[in-house]
Amino acid sequence: MTTKRIDARGLSCPQPVVLVDRAVQEGNTDLEILVDNEVSRENVLRMAARRGLKTDVRQEGQDTIIRATRA
Amino acid sequence: MGNVFSSRTGVIVVGALIGVGAAVLQYLGNPANMGICVACMERDVAGALGLHRAGVVQYLRPEIMGFVLGAFIAALIAREHKPRGGSAPLIRFFLGVFAMIGALVFLGCPWRALLRLAGGDGNAILGLLGLAAGIFIGIQFLKRGYSLGRSYPQKPLSGWVFPALMVGLFLLLVFQVSFSPGGPIFFSQKGPGSQHAPIWISLAAGLIIGGLAQRSRFCTMGAFRDVMLIRDFHLISGVAALLIFAFGMNLILGQFKPGFAGQPIAHTDHLWNFLGMALSGLAFVLAGGCPGRQLFLSGEGDMDAGVFVLGMIIGAAVAHNFALASSPKGITDFAPPAVILGFVFCVVVGITQRDRG
Repeated sequence: MTTKRIDARGLSCPQPVVLVDRAVQEGNTDLEILVDNEVSRENVLRMAARRGLKTDVRQEGQDTIIRATRA
Repeated sequence: MGNVFSSRTGVIVVGALIGVGAAVLQYLGNPANMGICVACMERDVAGALGLHRAGVVQYLRPEIMGFVLGAFIAALIAREHKPRGGSAPLIRFFLGVFAMIGALVFLGCPWRALLRLAGGDGNAILGLLGLAAGIFIGIQFLKRGYSLGRSYPQKPLSGWVFPALMVGLFLLLVFQVSFSPGGPIFFSQKGPGSQHAPIWISLAAGLIIGGLAQRSRFCTMGAFRDVMLIRDFHLISGVAALLIFAFGMNLILGQFKPGFAGQPIAHTDHLWNFLGMALSGLAFVLAGGCPGRQLFLSGEGDMDAGVFVLGMIIGAAVAHNFALASSPKGITDFAPPAVILGFVFCVVVGITQRDRG
Protein backbone atom coordinates (compact mmCIF):
# COMPACT_ATOMS: atom_id res chain seq x y z
CA MET A 1 0.00 0.00 0.00
CA THR A 2 1.52 3.31 -1.01
CA THR A 3 1.41 6.32 1.22
CA LYS A 4 -0.64 9.19 -0.16
CA ARG A 5 1.11 12.47 0.55
CA ILE A 6 -0.94 15.65 0.96
CA ASP A 7 0.80 18.99 1.22
CA ALA A 8 -1.73 21.24 2.94
CA ARG A 9 0.72 23.91 4.03
CA GLY A 10 -0.52 27.47 3.65
CA LEU A 11 -3.99 26.44 2.56
CA SER A 12 -6.86 28.21 4.23
CA CYS A 13 -9.64 26.52 6.09
CA PRO A 14 -11.25 24.10 5.17
CA GLN A 15 -9.09 22.99 2.25
CA PRO A 16 -6.76 20.74 4.28
CA VAL A 17 -9.77 18.85 5.61
CA VAL A 18 -11.41 18.67 2.17
CA LEU A 19 -8.21 17.21 0.67
CA VAL A 20 -7.97 14.58 3.42
CA ASP A 21 -11.65 13.67 3.11
CA ARG A 22 -11.34 13.32 -0.67
CA ALA A 23 -8.28 11.09 -0.31
CA VAL A 24 -10.11 8.86 2.16
CA GLN A 25 -13.11 8.61 -0.12
CA GLU A 26 -10.83 7.62 -2.99
CA GLY A 27 -9.92 4.59 -0.89
CA ASN A 28 -6.59 5.69 0.54
CA THR A 29 -5.93 4.19 3.96
CA ASP A 30 -2.41 5.43 4.45
CA LEU A 31 -1.99 9.19 4.40
CA GLU A 32 0.83 11.56 5.22
CA ILE A 33 -0.43 15.11 5.64
CA LEU A 34 1.81 18.13 5.85
CA VAL A 35 0.41 21.17 7.69
CA ASP A 36 2.06 24.33 8.96
CA ASN A 37 -0.35 25.70 11.52
CA GLU A 38 -2.11 24.61 14.66
CA VAL A 39 -5.64 25.08 13.30
CA SER A 40 -5.03 22.81 10.31
CA ARG A 41 -3.44 20.27 12.61
CA GLU A 42 -6.46 20.22 14.91
CA ASN A 43 -8.91 20.06 12.02
CA VAL A 44 -7.08 17.26 10.21
CA LEU A 45 -6.76 15.23 13.41
CA ARG A 46 -10.47 15.66 14.12
CA MET A 47 -11.36 14.62 10.58
CA ALA A 48 -9.06 11.60 10.72
CA ALA A 49 -10.65 10.49 14.00
CA ARG A 50 -14.11 10.82 12.48
CA ARG A 51 -13.06 8.69 9.52
CA GLY A 52 -11.70 6.02 11.87
CA LEU A 53 -8.04 6.63 11.09
CA LYS A 54 -5.27 6.19 13.60
CA THR A 55 -2.91 9.17 13.68
CA ASP A 56 0.67 9.76 14.54
CA VAL A 57 2.04 13.32 14.69
CA ARG A 58 5.61 14.49 14.39
CA GLN A 59 7.16 17.92 14.10
CA GLU A 60 9.75 18.83 11.49
CA GLY A 61 10.85 22.44 11.81
CA GLN A 62 7.85 24.66 11.09
CA ASP A 63 5.89 21.76 9.60
CA THR A 64 3.74 19.19 11.29
CA ILE A 65 3.53 15.80 9.65
CA ILE A 66 0.43 13.77 10.38
CA ARG A 67 0.48 10.10 9.46
CA ALA A 68 -3.05 8.73 9.29
CA THR A 69 -3.66 5.03 8.77
CA ARG A 70 -6.59 2.66 8.95
CA ALA A 71 -6.42 1.04 12.38
CA MET B 1 -2.86 18.97 22.63
CA GLY B 2 -3.12 21.25 25.63
CA ASN B 3 -5.65 23.63 24.08
CA VAL B 4 -8.79 23.18 26.14
CA PHE B 5 -10.65 25.84 24.19
CA SER B 6 -10.54 24.00 20.89
CA SER B 7 -12.50 21.13 22.45
CA ARG B 8 -16.26 20.87 22.00
CA THR B 9 -16.78 22.23 25.52
CA GLY B 10 -14.36 25.06 24.82
CA VAL B 11 -16.13 26.27 21.71
CA ILE B 12 -19.50 26.09 23.52
CA VAL B 13 -18.14 28.17 26.39
CA VAL B 14 -16.80 30.77 23.96
CA GLY B 15 -20.09 30.92 22.03
CA ALA B 16 -22.00 31.33 25.29
CA LEU B 17 -19.64 34.08 26.37
CA ILE B 18 -20.10 36.00 23.11
CA GLY B 19 -23.88 35.67 23.51
CA VAL B 20 -23.87 36.92 27.09
CA GLY B 21 -21.27 39.58 26.32
CA ALA B 22 -23.28 40.95 23.39
CA ALA B 23 -26.49 41.17 25.42
CA VAL B 24 -24.66 42.93 28.24
CA LEU B 25 -22.90 45.35 25.86
CA GLN B 26 -26.31 46.24 24.46
CA TYR B 27 -27.60 46.75 27.99
CA LEU B 28 -24.62 49.04 28.69
CA GLY B 29 -25.28 51.22 25.66
CA ASN B 30 -24.56 49.50 22.35
CA PRO B 31 -27.37 49.68 19.74
CA ALA B 32 -30.31 47.28 19.96
CA ASN B 33 -29.65 43.72 18.81
CA MET B 34 -26.17 44.99 17.99
CA GLY B 35 -24.30 44.25 21.18
CA ILE B 36 -21.69 42.90 18.83
CA CYS B 37 -21.84 43.07 15.05
CA VAL B 38 -18.55 42.87 13.25
CA ALA B 39 -19.89 44.25 9.97
CA CYS B 40 -21.80 47.12 11.60
CA MET B 41 -18.89 48.00 13.84
CA GLU B 42 -16.43 48.05 10.94
CA ARG B 43 -18.94 50.22 9.11
CA ASP B 44 -18.95 52.61 12.07
CA VAL B 45 -15.15 52.69 12.00
CA ALA B 46 -15.24 53.55 8.28
CA GLY B 47 -17.64 56.37 9.11
CA ALA B 48 -15.54 57.72 11.97
CA LEU B 49 -12.56 57.92 9.61
CA GLY B 50 -14.66 59.87 7.13
CA LEU B 51 -14.62 57.13 4.49
CA HIS B 52 -18.39 57.54 4.33
CA ARG B 53 -20.52 60.42 5.55
CA ALA B 54 -23.58 58.65 6.93
CA GLY B 55 -23.79 60.79 10.07
CA VAL B 56 -25.66 58.26 12.18
CA VAL B 57 -23.12 55.44 11.93
CA GLN B 58 -19.75 56.91 12.84
CA TYR B 59 -17.81 55.65 15.85
CA LEU B 60 -14.44 54.02 16.43
CA ARG B 61 -15.75 50.80 17.97
CA PRO B 62 -13.26 49.52 20.55
CA GLU B 63 -14.71 46.01 20.24
CA ILE B 64 -13.12 45.68 16.77
CA MET B 65 -9.71 46.71 18.10
CA GLY B 66 -10.18 44.39 21.08
CA PHE B 67 -10.96 41.42 18.85
CA VAL B 68 -7.76 41.83 16.85
CA LEU B 69 -5.54 42.67 19.83
CA GLY B 70 -7.04 39.94 22.02
CA ALA B 71 -6.38 37.38 19.31
CA PHE B 72 -2.90 38.85 18.79
CA ILE B 73 -2.00 38.50 22.47
CA ALA B 74 -3.50 35.01 22.75
CA ALA B 75 -1.62 33.89 19.65
CA LEU B 76 1.65 35.32 20.96
CA ILE B 77 1.24 33.53 24.29
CA ALA B 78 0.34 30.25 22.58
CA ARG B 79 3.21 30.66 20.11
CA GLU B 80 0.71 30.59 17.28
CA HIS B 81 1.46 34.08 16.00
CA LYS B 82 2.71 33.33 12.49
CA PRO B 83 2.99 36.11 9.93
CA ARG B 84 1.77 34.70 6.65
CA GLY B 85 0.28 36.03 3.45
CA GLY B 86 0.31 36.06 -0.30
CA SER B 87 -2.81 34.06 -1.09
CA ALA B 88 -4.61 36.19 -3.70
CA PRO B 89 -4.83 39.37 -1.59
CA LEU B 90 -6.65 41.49 -4.18
CA ILE B 91 -9.35 38.88 -4.68
CA ARG B 92 -9.76 38.63 -0.92
CA PHE B 93 -10.06 42.42 -0.77
CA PHE B 94 -13.01 42.40 -3.14
CA LEU B 95 -14.57 39.40 -1.41
CA GLY B 96 -14.47 41.63 1.66
CA VAL B 97 -16.04 44.53 -0.24
CA PHE B 98 -18.96 42.42 -1.50
CA ALA B 99 -19.34 40.57 1.81
CA MET B 100 -19.88 43.96 3.45
CA ILE B 101 -22.30 45.16 0.78
CA GLY B 102 -24.39 42.00 1.28
CA ALA B 103 -24.23 42.41 5.04
CA LEU B 104 -25.38 46.05 4.85
CA VAL B 105 -28.32 45.16 2.59
CA PHE B 106 -29.40 42.70 5.31
CA LEU B 107 -28.11 44.97 8.11
CA GLY B 108 -25.76 42.71 10.01
CA CYS B 109 -23.06 40.07 9.95
CA PRO B 110 -23.74 36.44 10.94
CA TRP B 111 -23.14 37.33 14.61
CA ARG B 112 -25.76 40.05 14.46
CA ALA B 113 -28.14 37.76 12.55
CA LEU B 114 -27.96 35.42 15.56
CA LEU B 115 -28.26 38.30 18.02
CA ARG B 116 -31.24 39.74 16.13
CA LEU B 117 -32.95 36.37 16.34
CA ALA B 118 -32.07 36.14 20.03
CA GLY B 119 -33.70 39.55 20.46
CA GLY B 120 -36.91 38.41 18.78
CA ASP B 121 -36.33 39.87 15.29
CA GLY B 122 -38.01 37.40 12.91
CA ASN B 123 -36.35 39.01 9.89
CA ALA B 124 -33.12 37.43 11.06
CA ILE B 125 -34.55 34.04 10.09
CA LEU B 126 -34.48 35.11 6.45
CA GLY B 127 -30.92 36.35 6.91
CA LEU B 128 -29.77 33.09 8.48
CA LEU B 129 -31.48 31.06 5.74
CA GLY B 130 -29.73 33.25 3.19
CA LEU B 131 -26.42 32.78 4.99
CA ALA B 132 -26.85 29.00 4.85
CA ALA B 133 -27.81 29.19 1.16
CA GLY B 134 -24.75 31.29 0.32
CA ILE B 135 -22.51 28.90 2.24
CA PHE B 136 -24.10 25.97 0.38
CA ILE B 137 -23.22 27.59 -2.95
CA GLY B 138 -19.66 28.21 -1.76
CA ILE B 139 -19.29 24.58 -0.73
CA GLN B 140 -20.04 23.47 -4.29
CA PHE B 141 -16.94 25.39 -5.38
CA LEU B 142 -14.88 23.91 -2.53
CA LYS B 143 -15.89 20.41 -3.64
CA ARG B 144 -14.67 21.19 -7.14
CA GLY B 145 -11.22 22.18 -5.92
CA TYR B 146 -11.71 25.90 -5.28
CA SER B 147 -8.62 27.46 -3.75
CA LEU B 148 -7.07 30.91 -3.64
CA GLY B 149 -3.71 29.20 -3.39
CA ARG B 150 -1.23 28.91 -0.59
CA SER B 151 -0.11 31.61 1.76
CA TYR B 152 3.56 31.76 2.62
CA PRO B 153 5.45 32.66 5.79
CA GLN B 154 6.27 36.37 5.98
CA LYS B 155 8.90 38.29 7.89
CA PRO B 156 8.29 38.49 11.64
CA LEU B 157 7.32 42.16 11.97
CA SER B 158 4.76 42.03 9.15
CA GLY B 159 2.40 40.26 11.53
CA TRP B 160 2.46 43.30 13.78
CA VAL B 161 1.15 45.74 11.18
CA PHE B 162 -2.53 45.01 11.64
CA PRO B 163 -2.46 44.97 15.46
CA ALA B 164 -0.50 48.25 15.31
CA LEU B 165 -3.22 49.75 13.11
CA MET B 166 -5.76 48.78 15.77
CA VAL B 167 -3.67 50.41 18.51
CA GLY B 168 -3.57 53.55 16.36
CA LEU B 169 -7.35 53.55 15.94
CA PHE B 170 -7.78 53.09 19.67
CA LEU B 171 -5.53 56.07 20.38
CA LEU B 172 -7.60 58.17 17.96
CA LEU B 173 -10.66 57.14 19.96
CA VAL B 174 -9.15 57.91 23.35
CA PHE B 175 -7.84 61.33 22.32
CA GLN B 176 -10.74 62.13 19.97
CA VAL B 177 -8.46 63.96 17.61
CA SER B 178 -10.05 66.50 15.28
CA PHE B 179 -7.90 66.90 12.18
CA SER B 180 -9.68 69.91 10.70
CA PRO B 181 -12.85 71.91 11.35
CA GLY B 182 -15.74 69.76 10.17
CA GLY B 183 -13.37 66.92 9.37
CA PRO B 184 -12.57 63.54 10.86
CA ILE B 185 -12.55 61.91 13.34
CA PHE B 186 -16.36 61.82 13.20
CA PHE B 187 -18.51 60.71 16.09
CA SER B 188 -22.26 60.36 15.58
CA GLN B 189 -24.38 62.71 17.66
CA LYS B 190 -27.52 60.64 17.10
CA GLY B 191 -28.49 57.23 15.72
CA PRO B 192 -26.76 53.88 16.25
CA GLY B 193 -23.29 55.43 16.03
CA SER B 194 -23.98 57.55 19.10
CA GLN B 195 -25.01 54.52 21.14
CA HIS B 196 -22.15 52.72 22.77
CA ALA B 197 -21.05 51.05 25.96
CA PRO B 198 -18.24 52.74 27.96
CA ILE B 199 -14.97 52.60 26.00
CA TRP B 200 -12.99 50.52 28.46
CA ILE B 201 -15.76 47.97 28.92
CA SER B 202 -16.09 47.62 25.14
CA LEU B 203 -12.34 47.20 24.81
CA ALA B 204 -12.17 44.66 27.63
CA ALA B 205 -15.05 42.65 26.15
CA GLY B 206 -13.33 42.72 22.77
CA LEU B 207 -10.00 41.61 24.22
CA ILE B 208 -11.54 38.71 26.14
CA ILE B 209 -13.67 37.53 23.24
CA GLY B 210 -10.80 38.00 20.79
CA GLY B 211 -8.44 35.99 22.93
CA LEU B 212 -10.84 33.14 23.57
CA ALA B 213 -12.07 33.06 19.99
CA GLN B 214 -8.50 32.77 18.78
CA ARG B 215 -8.01 29.77 21.06
CA SER B 216 -11.32 28.13 20.15
CA ARG B 217 -11.31 28.94 16.38
CA PHE B 218 -14.89 30.16 16.74
CA CYS B 219 -16.38 30.90 13.29
CA THR B 220 -20.05 31.20 12.36
CA MET B 221 -19.53 30.57 8.65
CA GLY B 222 -17.27 27.60 9.42
CA ALA B 223 -20.00 26.23 11.66
CA PHE B 224 -22.61 26.03 8.90
CA ARG B 225 -20.03 24.96 6.34
CA ASP B 226 -18.70 22.07 8.42
CA VAL B 227 -22.21 20.75 9.04
CA MET B 228 -23.06 20.80 5.33
CA LEU B 229 -19.66 19.80 3.97
CA ILE B 230 -18.40 17.14 6.37
CA ARG B 231 -21.25 16.64 8.88
CA ASP B 232 -19.04 18.04 11.62
CA PHE B 233 -21.05 19.62 14.45
CA HIS B 234 -18.07 20.97 16.38
CA LEU B 235 -18.30 24.69 15.57
CA ILE B 236 -22.09 24.80 15.25
CA SER B 237 -22.38 23.85 18.91
CA GLY B 238 -20.62 27.13 19.72
CA VAL B 239 -23.01 29.03 17.44
CA ALA B 240 -25.99 27.36 19.13
CA ALA B 241 -24.57 28.37 22.51
CA LEU B 242 -24.25 31.98 21.33
CA LEU B 243 -27.90 32.02 20.24
CA ILE B 244 -29.25 30.35 23.39
CA PHE B 245 -27.25 32.40 25.85
CA ALA B 246 -27.94 35.70 24.08
CA PHE B 247 -31.65 34.77 24.11
CA GLY B 248 -31.53 33.93 27.81
CA MET B 249 -29.67 37.12 28.67
CA ASN B 250 -32.11 39.18 26.57
CA LEU B 251 -35.02 37.67 28.53
CA ILE B 252 -33.31 38.51 31.82
CA LEU B 253 -32.46 42.08 30.74
CA GLY B 254 -35.88 42.68 29.18
CA GLN B 255 -34.43 43.00 25.68
CA PHE B 256 -36.51 40.28 23.99
CA LYS B 257 -39.23 41.73 21.74
CA PRO B 258 -40.59 39.22 19.21
CA GLY B 259 -41.94 40.29 15.81
CA PHE B 260 -41.09 41.30 12.25
CA ALA B 261 -42.20 44.92 11.87
CA GLY B 262 -40.50 47.77 13.70
CA GLN B 263 -37.46 45.77 14.82
CA PRO B 264 -34.41 47.90 15.67
CA ILE B 265 -32.06 48.66 12.77
CA ALA B 266 -33.81 46.13 10.54
CA HIS B 267 -36.21 46.05 7.61
CA THR B 268 -38.83 43.55 6.49
CA ASP B 269 -37.85 42.99 2.86
CA HIS B 270 -37.67 39.20 3.09
CA LEU B 271 -36.21 38.60 -0.36
CA TRP B 272 -33.31 41.01 0.06
CA ASN B 273 -32.68 40.04 3.66
CA PHE B 274 -32.20 36.54 2.28
CA LEU B 275 -30.15 37.52 -0.78
CA GLY B 276 -27.97 40.06 1.03
CA MET B 277 -26.86 37.52 3.59
CA ALA B 278 -26.54 34.84 0.89
CA LEU B 279 -24.00 37.03 -0.91
CA SER B 280 -22.11 37.51 2.34
CA GLY B 281 -22.18 33.80 3.13
CA LEU B 282 -20.79 32.96 -0.29
CA ALA B 283 -18.03 35.55 0.05
CA PHE B 284 -17.15 34.27 3.55
CA VAL B 285 -16.75 30.70 2.29
CA LEU B 286 -14.54 31.82 -0.58
CA ALA B 287 -12.42 33.87 1.83
CA GLY B 288 -12.34 31.14 4.51
CA GLY B 289 -14.02 32.81 7.48
CA CYS B 290 -16.81 34.99 8.83
CA PRO B 291 -16.01 38.65 9.60
CA GLY B 292 -15.23 37.85 13.23
CA ARG B 293 -12.90 35.03 12.31
CA GLN B 294 -11.12 37.27 9.78
CA LEU B 295 -10.37 39.73 12.60
CA PHE B 296 -8.99 36.98 14.83
CA LEU B 297 -6.87 35.63 11.96
CA SER B 298 -5.57 39.15 11.31
CA GLY B 299 -4.45 39.25 14.92
CA GLU B 300 -2.67 35.91 14.50
CA GLY B 301 -0.58 37.34 11.69
CA ASP B 302 -2.71 36.31 8.70
CA MET B 303 -2.14 39.25 6.37
CA ASP B 304 -4.63 37.93 3.81
CA ALA B 305 -7.35 38.05 6.45
CA GLY B 306 -6.22 41.61 7.19
CA VAL B 307 -6.73 42.49 3.53
CA PHE B 308 -10.23 41.00 3.70
CA VAL B 309 -11.00 43.19 6.73
CA LEU B 310 -9.77 46.29 4.89
CA GLY B 311 -11.98 45.22 1.98
CA MET B 312 -14.94 45.12 4.35
CA ILE B 313 -14.18 48.60 5.67
CA ILE B 314 -13.92 50.00 2.13
CA GLY B 315 -17.03 47.99 1.25
CA ALA B 316 -18.87 49.83 4.01
CA ALA B 317 -17.72 53.14 2.58
CA VAL B 318 -18.92 52.09 -0.88
CA ALA B 319 -22.23 50.84 0.52
CA HIS B 320 -23.02 54.15 2.20
CA ASN B 321 -21.49 56.52 -0.36
CA PHE B 322 -23.33 54.86 -3.25
CA ALA B 323 -26.58 54.37 -1.33
CA LEU B 324 -26.49 50.57 -1.33
CA ALA B 325 -26.90 50.10 2.41
CA SER B 326 -30.40 49.49 3.71
CA SER B 327 -32.11 51.50 6.41
CA PRO B 328 -35.07 50.60 8.65
CA LYS B 329 -37.22 51.95 5.79
CA GLY B 330 -36.00 49.15 3.53
CA ILE B 331 -33.50 48.53 0.77
CA THR B 332 -32.41 51.18 -1.73
CA ASP B 333 -32.88 51.17 -5.50
CA PHE B 334 -29.21 50.43 -5.97
CA ALA B 335 -29.05 47.44 -3.64
CA PRO B 336 -30.35 44.77 -6.06
CA PRO B 337 -27.85 45.50 -8.86
CA ALA B 338 -25.02 45.72 -6.33
CA VAL B 339 -25.91 42.37 -4.79
CA ILE B 340 -26.22 40.80 -8.24
CA LEU B 341 -22.83 42.22 -9.21
CA GLY B 342 -21.44 40.70 -6.01
CA PHE B 343 -22.84 37.29 -6.89
CA VAL B 344 -21.35 37.51 -10.38
CA PHE B 345 -17.94 38.37 -8.91
CA CYS B 346 -18.09 35.54 -6.36
CA VAL B 347 -19.28 32.95 -8.87
CA VAL B 348 -16.55 33.89 -11.35
CA VAL B 349 -13.98 33.65 -8.53
CA GLY B 350 -15.45 30.34 -7.40
CA ILE B 351 -15.29 28.84 -10.87
CA THR B 352 -11.93 30.18 -12.00
CA GLN B 353 -9.82 29.92 -8.86
CA ARG B 354 -8.92 26.31 -8.38
CA ASP B 355 -6.00 24.00 -7.77
CA ARG B 356 -5.73 20.95 -10.00
CA GLY B 357 -8.90 19.08 -10.95
